[in-house]
Amino acid sequence: MAQRKGMEVSIAIAEAASACDVDCIAAYPITPQTHVVEHLAEIVAEGELDAEFIPVESEHAALSACIGCAAAGARTFTATSSQGLALMHEVLFIASALRMPMVMVVANRALSGPINIWNDHSDVMTERDVGWLQVFAENGQEAVDLVILAHKISEDHRVLLPIMVHFDGFIVSHMIEPLSLPDRDEVKKFLPNFVPAMRLDIDNPISMGPVGMPTVYTEAKMVAEAAVRGSYGPIVETFKGFGDMFGRHYRPVETYRSEDAEIMMVTMGSISETAMTWVDAQRERGEKVGLVRFRLWRPLPIEDFKNAVRGAKALTVIDRHFSPGGPGGPVSAEIKQVLYGTADAPQIVEFVAGLGGRDINMEDFDQMYGKTKAVLAGAPVPPFELIQVRGGHHGEI
Amino acid sequence: MSDAPRNPVEKLLRTERMPHIWCPGCGIGTSVNCFARAIEQADIPYDKLHVVSGIGCSGRVAGYVNVDSFHTTHGRAIAFATGLSLSRPSAKVVVYSGDGDLFAIGGNHFIHAARRNIDMTVICINNFTYGMTGGQVTPTTPLTAKASTSPYGNFEDSFNLPNLAEACGAVYVARWTIYHVRQLTRAMTKALSTKGFSFLEVLAPCPTLYQRRNKLGDGVAMVQFFKDHSTIKNGASTSEVGLGFQSDMIVGEFVDRQRPTFMDNYNARMKEVLGDSFVPFEGIK
Repeated sequence: MAQRKGMEVSIAIAEAASACDVDCIAAYPITPQTHVVEHLAEIVAEGELDAEFIPVESEHAALSACIGCAAAGARTFTATSSQGLALMHEVLFIASALRMPMVMVVANRALSGPINIWNDHSDVMTERDVGWLQVFAENGQEAVDLVILAHKISEDHRVLLPIMVHFDGFIVSHMIEPLSLPDRDEVKKFLPNFVPAMRLDIDNPISMGPVGMPTVYTEAKMVAEAAVRGSYGPIVETFKGFGDMFGRHYRPVETYRSEDAEIMMVTMGSISETAMTWVDAQRERGEKVGLVRFRLWRPLPIEDFKNAVRGAKALTVIDRHFSPGGPGGPVSAEIKQVLYGTADAPQIVEFVAGLGGRDINMEDFDQMYGKTKAVLAGAPVPPFELIQVRGGHHGEI
Repeated sequence: MSDAPRNPVEKLLRTERMPHIWCPGCGIGTSVNCFARAIEQADIPYDKLHVVSGIGCSGRVAGYVNVDSFHTTHGRAIAFATGLSLSRPSAKVVVYSGDGDLFAIGGNHFIHAARRNIDMTVICINNFTYGMTGGQVTPTTPLTAKASTSPYGNFEDSFNLPNLAEACGAVYVARWTIYHVRQLTRAMTKALSTKGFSFLEVLAPCPTLYQRRNKLGDGVAMVQFFKDHSTIKNGASTSEVGLGFQSDMIVGEFVDRQRPTFMDNYNARMKEVLGDSFVPFEGIK
C-alpha cells in the first residue's frame, strides 16, 4: 500500500495519468485545470513517461487530436474546464460515436457570462447528452482513483467509450490533501496494456466517421444507448476489482447515514463532504437526515438511486446548474423522472446553489432542510429555488 | 478625488477599476498608455471607438478603457469585432488582445478578417506566452524558449506575425516594442487612421512567467534588451522579420498599402449586379 503524501490534487491527477502509462496527451491551457497538464508536460519532458504531449491551439483541436490518437490505438488523456469543454462540444459527440476510449478530467467551472473562473456544474451539465460516461469525484483521492478506474472502464471491450472524470475546480483541483498515490507497478497490474478493439491500420483499412443516412442513424443511436447503459455492469465490476486491489471501494451511488432517514440530501461532487459534516451535526440533534450522492452520472444508476432513497419521505436536491425558464436543475429533473409513478416516492424539494464559486455552507443546508421539513409538515411543494440570491429568489437583486 | 494634476491618459481609463491586474514590469500597461495618446492624436471621438478583447492578460484592456468595450470569449475577439465593424461601419473598431488569444485559439479569425480586409485595427501584445494561465507555450513562443508546457525548451517553430498578416492581406503592418513608446504611439495613430485591416505587433515583457522561466531578468531588463537588440527598418520585407529566442529583432513599419475593404467590395459587386436598385448599407444607427 502506497504511503499517503500531501500533494495538490491536480498534480496527483497528473501523476495518476502518468502511472496509467498514457501514450498521448493533447490539451490547451484553461483555469482551473491547467496544473494537471502542466505537470504532465513536465513528466513527459523529464522522460518519466514515454508519451506525446501535444500543446494544441484550442480545446477544439485538443479533443480532435485526442480522437486521432485514440484512432491510432494510443491510450489517450486530456483535461479541460468550462469554456474549454464547451468549445469541445461538437467533438464530444464524435468521440463517443466512434467508440474511442479516452479519459478527460474536467475541473468543473462556471460558464460565461459573466466571465467566471470559479466552481459550479454548468460546464458538465450542458454536456450531459454527448454519449460519454461521466463520474464525479468528491475529493482528491477519489479523483486520482477515478482516473485509473476510468482508463480501465473506457478500454474494456464491453464498453469502449470515452469517459469524463469531474472534480470541482479550485475546491478540489487546487486543494492540497493527503493522498495515496498508487505506484506504477500496482497500476500496471490493475490496468494492463491498452488493446484497441479497432484502430486505423494500413494493413486492414477501415473508414471512421462516415455519414449515417436516415436508414441507419436511429439504429446508431440505439447502439449508443445500449453501449452507455450497458457499461453499468463493467463499471461496477471494475469498481469492485479496484476495491479488492487497493482497498478503496466505490459504488455508483453512495449513501451516508441514510438508515431510517426521513429526509435525504442529494448532492454531487465536493459539497457532499460539507453535507456529511452537516448530517453529522443534525444527527447529533436527533434529526433523521441522511445523504445520497451520485458518483456515476452517465449511465444514470437508476436502480441504485431508487434503492438508496427507498423509505425516505423527502429529498432535498441540490443542483449546481439550472436551465433558465425550465423546470429547475438537471439533477432534480432526472430524479423526478426516475421516481415518477413509484409507489411511496419521496417528496422532492429542489434547490440551486453554489453558482460561480459561491460557497455552500452549513446555514445553507439548514435553510434547505428547514424548507423541506415544512413540506413534510404540509406546506405546498415550492418550485425550484435559487438560494443565496441577495433579495431572494425572484426578489430585488 | 484630490485636486492633484491627473495623468493626461486617465480620461481613457476606468480609474475606478484600478489597480489593474498586471504584474510589475508587464508591458501591457505601457501599450495602453501609448494607445490613449494615439486616440487623441488620431482625433477619434470616444463615442466612435470600440475596443474588443479576448481572454488573457491583454484581454483585460477592454475592461479598463473608458469607451464602449467588449470582453469576449477566448479567441473570438476578431469574430465579434467583425460583426461590430460591419454593423457600424462608421465606428473605429480596435481588437486589443494577446498572442495566445489571437494566434492560437483565434488564429482562424485573424486570417479571414485580414483576407476580407475588414475595417479594424488589431493590436497584438506579444509576450511570447499564455500569461493568465501560467506561462504555457504559445504559437509565438520562440524556438528553444522554455514554457511551463515545454520545460526543456520549445521545439515548435513560431509564427512570424507581420509576415502572416501581410500574406493574409492586411493593409498596414508594423512591429514595435514596449521600449519604442513614441514610435508605437505613432504607429497606433496611423493604424487607427487607416481604412481596412491594420495590424500592430507589440513585443512586451512578461517578467513573471516568460522571463523568470527563461532567466531573462525583470521587466526593465527586457526593455533594455529590446533597446539593445532591435533595429529599425521601415519597409523591411516581412519574410525577414521572424523572431528567434532572444534574437536581434527588426522593428518598424513593414506594410502600408491600399486594398478595397470588405464593404467596398460588397457595395461594388452588388451595384454591378443589381444596378440602381441596390442601396448600400450604411450601418445600424
